[in-house]
Amino acid sequence: MTSTATTGTVGHEKLTMAQALNRALRESMAEDDSVVVFGEDVGALGGVFRITDGLTAEFGDTRCFDTPLAESGIVGMAVGMAMNGMRPVVEMQFDAFAYPAFEQITSHVAKMRNRTRGAVSLPMVIRIPYAGGIGGVEHHCDSSEAYYAHTPGLHVVTPANAADAHRLLRAAIASPDPVVFMEPKKLYWTKEEVDLGAELPGIGRAMVRREGTDATLIAYGPSVPVALEAAEVAAQEGRSLQVVDLRSIVPFDDETVCAAVRSTGRAVVVAEAPGFASVASEIVARVTERCFHSLAAPVRRAVGFDIPFPAPKLEHVQLPGVDRVLDAVDDLQWDLS
Amino acid sequence: MTRDLDLLLPSPHPVELIDPTGQTVAEAAHELPDDAALLRAFAGLTTARRINDQAGALARQGRLAVYPSSHGQEACQVAAAQVLSDDDWLFPTYRDTAAVVIRGVDVAEAFLPLQGAWHSGYDPHRYKVAPQATPLATQLLHAVGVAHAARLRGEPTVALALCGDGATSEGDFHEALNFAAVFRAPVVFLVQNNQYAISVPLARQSVAPSLAHKGIGYGVPGERVDGNDVAALLTVLGAAMARARAGEGPQLVEAHTYRMQPHTNADDSRRYRQDDEVAGWVQRDPLARLETWLRQHDLLDDAQLAAVTADADQLAARMRTELAQDSTPEPAELFAHVYATPTPQLVEQAAVVADELSREDEH
Ligand SMILES: Cc1ncc(C[n+]2csc(CCOP(=O)(O)OP(=O)(O)O)c2C)c(N)n1
Ligand SMILES: [Mg+2]
Repeated sequence: MTSTATTGTVGHEKLTMAQALNRALRESMAEDDSVVVFGEDVGALGGVFRITDGLTAEFGDTRCFDTPLAESGIVGMAVGMAMNGMRPVVEMQFDAFAYPAFEQITSHVAKMRNRTRGAVSLPMVIRIPYAGGIGGVEHHCDSSEAYYAHTPGLHVVTPANAADAHRLLRAAIASPDPVVFMEPKKLYWTKEEVDLGAELPGIGRAMVRREGTDATLIAYGPSVPVALEAAEVAAQEGRSLQVVDLRSIVPFDDETVCAAVRSTGRAVVVAEAPGFASVASEIVARVTERCFHSLAAPVRRAVGFDIPFPAPKLEHVQLPGVDRVLDAVDDLQWDLS
Repeated sequence: MTRDLDLLLPSPHPVELIDPTGQTVAEAAHELPDDAALLRAFAGLTTARRINDQAGALARQGRLAVYPSSHGQEACQVAAAQVLSDDDWLFPTYRDTAAVVIRGVDVAEAFLPLQGAWHSGYDPHRYKVAPQATPLATQLLHAVGVAHAARLRGEPTVALALCGDGATSEGDFHEALNFAAVFRAPVVFLVQNNQYAISVPLARQSVAPSLAHKGIGYGVPGERVDGNDVAALLTVLGAAMARARAGEGPQLVEAHTYRMQPHTNADDSRRYRQDDEVAGWVQRDPLARLETWLRQHDLLDDAQLAAVTADADQLAARMRTELAQDSTPEPAELFAHVYATPTPQLVEQAAVVADELSREDEH
């Protein structure tokens, strides 16, 4: 990674999601002195995933710094800093290591604006690498998005490609509301051709990633590439699947999702998290409530099982792959149409 | 209950009984352990070093998913296992696999999580060793609970709970000390201060006079010890265990040591520390100093050393064969232990998996 700030770069280049996130942090820090980055190992090491690589060298250790090892401390201090004119962007090292901060996040980050009748806003971002697919050991692979999505007051955003990672992180840092920014860690190293200057929809907007006419796959974060691959395989088998990438879980883009489902009349939600009481459940409920009369079959889910995330050698059993997605598609009552 | 501050304060310097050159420290405030204990510790150190070397090699070959090495910290690993009686419990972290094996857990069982096969490979009740904990400092409260329950049940158990320097910043560390003190629980906390929490050096973790001082505010006596001197560790930890067993409450022990290798095999430590800093600690190696001391006291000769080494080699050989096996449980087991009785939904989901896998096999 280069160490020059390249604010507002336009043009095509090859970047990984990790590099795109790093770029977004650099640009936001260069533009706005109140943006500060802190957490565990984000300084000299550049984060265990190197997302903050070079930030301390470039901006100094008052702008990007390591804290003592305490997640509740990190988020709690960020609340105070956000109350006093700063825009903290904090890193939780892994999904399950954000849990010590759960009280700060649910009781304070999420509620401050409402408690103070709008007087105090908390413009802060909590970055969380999440989900599986990298053969991580226990506590390193949780899909924890539902905890945050269930908590009113938090925006919950999750990119599925490098361009979105950049666009959405920039928007998250600029947001007047706290954003839980969930990074699908298995996609960190995927290199893509991106144009960081391109106009992309912001937080709260879903995007159709692939057009299709027979059924709609609704996915987010780590499951978007799985849905796209499933659509590719289905196409070879003569079935045309549309793929919607949520990008933002909260706010939820009912408009784009429902328009997509109405256009095909069938839908499958794809997500890694255990299905019970999950974001996927919410999507099924919303789509069913809103699109019932356009549906040719009940909305199905291809999701994780209701078990703790397995050890590395068994993670393939848990992760919804192309076959599980296509099994769900097969179940969409094709013989009735 | 108020406590005299002097009784809570750690000694001004870490307790050291055998210095880095292998000489007995003159006028030490504590007695050396007996010869048998030191010989046993030497065998333990040799074993622990061999476990670290072998596991490191297996991780490089891709046979282990990951290995957080305790190379350099073997004195802490050995002492933590050796001061336990059969009734006592050990609460280890991810870095303490060597202590777990020396406590008596079979290597195949101890390394199952590192192979990536399951989250914990042994029955904690059988060995009185809690599952190795990754979420930092969380296990310390469990240790307090086991110890408190033992008191209520009239058992002679003491719990020895391990954590790192970084973990002392987590809230659970502080809650554990306070709970232990308030309930006068028979628990000993051993902080292996290896100077780093991944990349973050101790100076950025805490500005307390020492980590052992952190006990004072809770009424828990603290002591600090040269963590590469197994003799000092055995004496100080042994006394803390005896005190806890006698009903005198918890103690906090900080061991000064060094993580000689990267955080895990996946870490790049050149990003945050210099090689010469690491080299400086080679002089403080826990094995070399005890070997020198034992030889000078005519307690170890070449033949005995060869025998100890042969035992360690045998264990390493077992690691190589055991860890070459595919120990992955059947996928159905993923649904078996979530609850005492699987929910109806889990029964259904297990059937889905069986169906998915049978069709995969057909391909
Ligand atoms: C609650 C929690 N936060 C973060 C982590 C990630 N993590 C694993 S080990 C580690 C450093 C721990 O340092 P220390 O306590 O000194 O133990 P050492 O690894 O040096 O033995 C971190 C930050 C974790 N396991 N648990
Ligand atoms: Mg440490």
